[in-house]
Amino acid sequence: MSLLAIDDLVVEHRSPGRPVVRAVAGASLTVAPGEVVGLVGESGCGKSTLARAVCGLNPVTNGSITFDGEPVTPLGLRRRKLTGIQMVFQDPYASLNPRRRVGDQIADGLRTARDTTTSPADLLERVGLPREYADRHPHEFSGGQRQRIAIARALAARPRLLIGDEPISALDASAQSQVAALMRDLAVESGAGLLFISHDLSVVRLVADRIAVMYLGRIVEVGATAEVWARPRHPYTRALLRAVPQPDGLGVLPAELPGDVPDPANPPGGCRFHPRCPLVMDVCRDKDPDFGPVACWLHEPK
Amino acid sequence: MTLDITALRVSIGGREILHGVDLRLEAGRVHGLAGESGSGKTMTGLAVLGLLPHGARASGAIRLGDRDLLSLPAKELNRVRGGEVAMVFQDPATSLHPMLTVGRQLTEHMRHHLRLGRAEARARAVDLLAKVRIPAPEEAYGRYPHQFSGGMRQRIAIAIALACSPKVLIADEPTTALDVTVQAGVLRLLRGLCDELGLAVLLVTHDLGVMSAVADEVSVMKDGQVVESGPRGNVLRTPSHPYTRTLLASLPTPPPEPDSPAGPSSGSDAEAR
Repeated sequence: MSLLAIDDLVVEHRSPGRPVVRAVAGASLTVAPGEVVGLVGESGCGKSTLARAVCGLNPVTNGSITFDGEPVTPLGLRRRKLTGIQMVFQDPYASLNPRRRVGDQIADGLRTARDTTTSPADLLERVGLPREYADRHPHEFSGGQRQRIAIARALAARPRLLIGDEPISALDASAQSQVAALMRDLAVESGAGLLFISHDLSVVRLVADRIAVMYLGRIVEVGATAEVWARPRHPYTRALLRAVPQPDGLGVLPAELPGDVPDPANPPGGCRFHPRCPLVMDVCRDKDPDFGPVACWLHEPK
Repeated sequence: MTLDITALRVSIGGREILHGVDLRLEAGRVHGLAGESGSGKTMTGLAVLGLLPHGARASGAIRLGDRDLLSLPAKELNRVRGGEVAMVFQDPATSLHPMLTVGRQLTEHMRHHLRLGRAEARARAVDLLAKVRIPAPEEAYGRYPHQFSGGMRQRIAIAIALACSPKVLIADEPTTALDVTVQAGVLRLLRGLCDELGLAVLLVTHDLGVMSAVADEVSVMKDGQVVESGPRGNVLRTPSHPYTRTLLASLPTPPPEPDSPAGPSSGSDAEAR
């Protein structure tokens, strides 16, 4: 039984005087307890919107999100029932309150979980920071340390699902894989699921058990990490992997995927990837391959 | 023209950050500078442009042709910066001015350095935008940075850097903020411009994959010193310094092989189209 089930989720952004943007257009995904799912895709493909919808930060237009068998409802202003889902945001310079001590911010999470035995210092220790840092303010820390504090704060609420929305992309290169590995270890250790969103494929490969590839609001391929990496099936996944430059010393320029991500307000008909697909067929222009795990007419289930 | 950095030492507040860096950039070659954060890569790049933080002291020599940039009076240094030596920064969202049009940012230094008239500068700016492959350069000229995607913005930042036909381009993590697919395009662009215009490029990056893709020579820095330097193939395939070996070993790979025997069509025929 999966912890989180997203079924045919549609999220639209409406703003006055602009066309409706369908940021997530029918995506389905599951996360099991103790499982790490990596969600990758180019910027603007809807990964963050999907994460925000799971947290109840974005209203759902259609489809459903169930967490532990209960539907996820939009987040209320004062209090919410669903403290079982916690999120670590992209920019730790913006997500921590600059005017409060980090220990107090972590204590907020402990209070939500009605946890009176753990102290904020314990959590700092778990994310690899000295206990006495609890009395400091966020400005006294580097980006990597701040993100560790944000992770400690999310873990304080004892989540059963942790969501990282590009948690490493604002960090220094040397801190990236450390923080990613830390998130994975802590989530798996506490038996929580982790939905790890990133555009950095090499880091996702390091932490995720399963990879979901998203393109223009749709999940185009899902599979075990090693499987997807070794044998990518969707042409988009292949293009993504081929664009990662290799440190082999050969001087091979990475392959470029022609064209830009189309405007999600006006997506192409048929398969959404067809204008950029090197293997495009006639059927791709007319019919949308709305099946999984590989949403491509070349991989139609028999 | 070559840029020669010899025995460059930089100290800030009495603490020495760079302990004698030697680098040589040649026209038409990309010199990659690798190393983890805090190793002094960015400081080296900033020192060339005299952009070191307040209170920093630099010694040694940075020779561009027959001039030493470190001892040049401010007025002459200003002629070099943006004119002969240009820089592209990491994050195009912050390095471009949000409230000035792309055209304004592209022409301001051209008119100053090259003393071009308004119309000439405009024509040149549109050419440059076309050169970095911005679609509809005429319209792009009048737009603001927020109207472009990240990859487009970095292309614009490159166009701005190239506006005064520099001899030396310093690119500090130019693709770190971009998606891999967009990064591929920007790397191709940089490599192409380097070959076509005979630029000497210093590419600062922590990504050894990026390094391997575009750099001709690679130098590896650690704690303010260059520990290894040489042609790309040698440094990345047969590293001689233990630190380079740890850097390579810490990569989250054996390299992926997306073209291994796969589904109904292999990657190679995808490329053939």
